[in-house]
Amino acid sequence: MSGLNIADVSFNYGAKRALDGVSLTAGPGRFTALLGPNGAGKSTLFALISGLIATRRGRVLIEGFDIATNPRAALSRLGIVFQAQTLDLDLTVRHNLRYFGALHGMSGKELDQRIDAAMDRLDMRDRLGERAAELNGGHRRRMEIARALLHRPSVLVLDEPTVGLDVASRMAITRHVHDLAADEGLAVFWATHLVDEISDGDDLVLLHKGRVLAAGQAGALRGQVLLNDWFLGQTRVPA
Amino acid sequence: MSYRIALTAITLRELRRFLSQRGRFFAALVRPLVWLVVFAAGFRAALGLSIIPPYQTYITYEVYITPGLCGMILLFAGMQNALSLVYDREMGTMRLLLSSPLPRPFILFAKLFAGTVVAVAQVYAFLVVALLIGVDIPLSGLAFILPALILSGMMLGSLGLLLSATISRLENFAGVMNFVIFPMFFLSTALYPLWKMAESSPLLRDICAMNPFSHAVELIRFALYGQIAPVPLLVVLGCGAVFFALAVFFYDPRRGLQRSKA
Repeated sequence: MSGLNIADVSFNYGAKRALDGVSLTAGPGRFTALLGPNGAGKSTLFALISGLIATRRGRVLIEGFDIATNPRAALSRLGIVFQAQTLDLDLTVRHNLRYFGALHGMSGKELDQRIDAAMDRLDMRDRLGERAAELNGGHRRRMEIARALLHRPSVLVLDEPTVGLDVASRMAITRHVHDLAADEGLAVFWATHLVDEISDGDDLVLLHKGRVLAAGQAGALRGQVLLNDWFLGQTRVPA
Repeated sequence: MSYRIALTAITLRELRRFLSQRGRFFAALVRPLVWLVVFAAGFRAALGLSIIPPYQTYITYEVYITPGLCGMILLFAGMQNALSLVYDREMGTMRLLLSSPLPRPFILFAKLFAGTVVAVAQVYAFLVVALLIGVDIPLSGLAFILPALILSGMMLGSLGLLLSATISRLENFAGVMNFVIFPMFFLSTALYPLWKMAESSPLLRDICAMNPFSHAVELIRFALYGQIAPVPLLVVLGCGAVFFALAVFFYDPRRGLQRSKA
């Protein structure tokens, strides 16, 4: 089983149910968008996928490895970009990337070569010596995506990665990650509440109040209406 | 192999961050120095010290409290590290660590170790200043105390982690100061020897004798003179292991998650 598979996952914060029987798949080479309004349970789902909190009901499989029973194998095949920024702003770009590489058991020349190659792809190699604080928001995000790919994972998950960015950076990053899925065969799982980040050819999972309301190809789901209208129609709260 | 790479990287990161924040460095240095210079000057007259091991001659009060102040640096640093580890300040980078393929007990151990290395660097900076202002401590002791400082630092860091992972009502540093750091520091052998405590109250002496922090201070005190204190060593090792095991058991990253959501 490849890519990301989530089967019948439920999760409660005390008495409050955050996720209720969620099942979904993000396949290799596909850009799968997890669309949901704020409070839908997206961040909880990400915490479960990244092993930050333990699954109590249901299973999360990464490339067939269960995060609960085989976390090392699962996490070594997973790249994560968190919603909150996780760079050390006081440290240089290179030190940030080396730190992450070391957490995945990489070091020395091989790690430095991967870092150079990753930054070349972003056209940012000349900025390796700068402190992360000196990068703008868009560049920081691109760097975090490059960092999440250093250990060559098969699955890349991103939790609202464009929050707080200007329109140009948002579009550039969205395009970049679509390319990663198409060119590198990555299984991309992208959480968002912004419909303009989703193309008709993408897979779409609509999450609302902890449940999957709809899943399928975005173009087929929306039919003749605009995706935005479809989304609002699905998640409308009766007045 | 991958553990060694990760441990080195986590420790280096902590050191680099510490060095890039000069304010933190000076704040950490000033606190024990104020005690050494101001407090010791006042108490020198009030406290008569008899010759007790490991000392072989009469010593000044400054010499007596120096190991205690080393312990104080470790105590404050340990609590501060633990709090930042549990609460949101480090939540972003903690997420990065916890979602790496390293086992959680190792991650917590590595964070505590890295914090301890930074705290030990602060102790050495303090000792250099203490030597410069004329406190009579043996130079060779600077090498001997290193293992004692690391063990004590790990024990106090584990205690901090355990406290912050279990007691949700002690939410801010002020609470931990009043209910943990101050009692631990004052009810220990850091500032007065046990016999001095016994003069005022046998109960106080017993509390001091049981306080793990006293044992950390005595471990450092004896190590400064090239001696190994067996009972303090066992207490520090035992308490450290128990605190750490409990901290791992109770540590729950959801605490930080829920806070950052709120």
